Amino acid sequence: MNHTQTAAPSPGFADPVQDSQRAFRGLLDAIARPGTIVRLDAAVSAPAPLSAAAAAALLTLVDFETPLWIDGAAATPEVLAWIRFHCGAPITTEPAAARFALVTDTVAMPPLDAFCQGDDSYPDRSATLLVAVEGLEARNGFRLTGPGIEDEARLAVEGLPPGFIAAWGRNRAGFPCGVDLFLTCGDRVAALPRSTRLEV
Amino acid sequence: MDGYNFAYLDEQTKRMIRRAILKAVAIPGYQVPFASREMPLPYGWGTGGIQVTAAIIGLADTLKVIDQGADDTTNAVSIRRFFARTTGVATTERTADATIIQTRHRIPERSLRADQIIVFQVPIPEPLRWLEPRETETRKMHALSEYGAMHVKLYEDVARHGRIATAYDYPVMVGGRYLMRPSPIPKFDNPKLDRSPALQLFGAGREKRIYAVPPHTEVYSLDFEDHPFEVQKWEQACALCGAGDSFLDEVIVDDRGGRIFVCSDSDHCGERRAAGHVGAQPDALGQPADKVAP
Repeated sequence: MNHTQTAAPSPGFADPVQDSQRAFRGLLDAIARPGTIVRLDAAVSAPAPLSAAAAAALLTLVDFETPLWIDGAAATPEVLAWIRFHCGAPITTEPAAARFALVTDTVAMPPLDAFCQGDDSYPDRSATLLVAVEGLEARNGFRLTGPGIEDEARLAVEGLPPGFIAAWGRNRAGFPCGVDLFLTCGDRVAALPRSTRLEV
Repeated sequence: MDGYNFAYLDEQTKRMIRRAILKAVAIPGYQVPFASREMPLPYGWGTGGIQVTAAIIGLADTLKVIDQGADDTTNAVSIRRFFARTTGVATTERTADATIIQTRHRIPERSLRADQIIVFQVPIPEPLRWLEPRETETRKMHALSEYGAMHVKLYEDVARHGRIATAYDYPVMVGGRYLMRPSPIPKFDNPKLDRSPALQLFGAGREKRIYAVPPHTEVYSLDFEDHPFEVQKWEQACALCGAGDSFLDEVIVDDRGGRIFVCSDSDHCGERRAAGHVGAQPDALGQPADKVAP
């Protein structure tokens, strides 16, 4: 065995029970009210390029039961060691085999339909994507409608791949199948469940 | 409580339930299978609701538990005590003060708010189960949105009784896609499900299913053009608080056939009495209005 990396992974949640509960309620609030920006402010010292929100979501949701796909930009030895130590998730290189996916470089992101979509009998088996974006603003931008939204919500997102609106439209059209997105930016997160309609 | 994790469940179980809840919210009305655990209460006593509550509850929450609308019935008292002991969170009997409301068979009369989550205890989550016992078939019927059998069932009610006789656990369509059992709430409460500002979560422990209705989501009670959906009405008003628009329970008060009707929602009734509303027999249950704790 050749262990070249000896540094211990940086810490996860200081209080795993309470911090993951608060982070989960943030994620739940975000997906129950698409377009709402929620702060996941637990102190996590995750290695770059993991944002605080992405790290909190991983610690809260991912474990040995959920194969995780990580994009090339995030698959550094430090990040892999951190995830293996704190989450214990199997890392997969097949987007279609992942229950969760971590995207930090949206330009090189695989298309949404490369990830597991679930099927008509078990649409809950689709993947959940944690996508790092450069900006999140709860005004202007996209017009969101659908379950969880009273009239309409507004969400401006910077750093989504070109053609995202069309790709999301196809994802929405496949309802009840399709992937669900958590858009992370620093310690903030907003959700796009598959049920949400997006318009420019 | 020493020897147990916060909220009783271990963290891996909570993660598994939390993942199921997020998928349930993303697919309104669809029943997500989950690995339901044995709880220190028997199946049928609200273990699904308890597991959902245990997965979402935190130190900042205030918990209310009701059983048939009342905070002081056996099931409600034991579940409230369970969470008080395993989490130490504040509990309340006041709907307005709660952030999480776990319920068996009622929705509070007071309108829920966006900062509240209501958790339903569900005995049988599958709306088609009495029409089609095979899970493989009902799953296919949901996949194809093939719900004709339920309309036939309601039509048979009309043919036999002249009206839709289903009075509780009345089937609904969620977001125009999934047929859903709202749990055995009276159909009186069905309109409260529709476009509620609160997140609504449903847990079935024995049947191992979690489902959800996100806020502001359409929940349509099935009906026919010539037999529109309607809720129960009473000729009486609440004997204690005089409410004419709440769901009433019939209570026997003596051994000579004496009976009164009172609000099923004990907090709603107490709040009204504290505000000075008086019914026809305010002392019928031995609780004079001025002695009821607000």
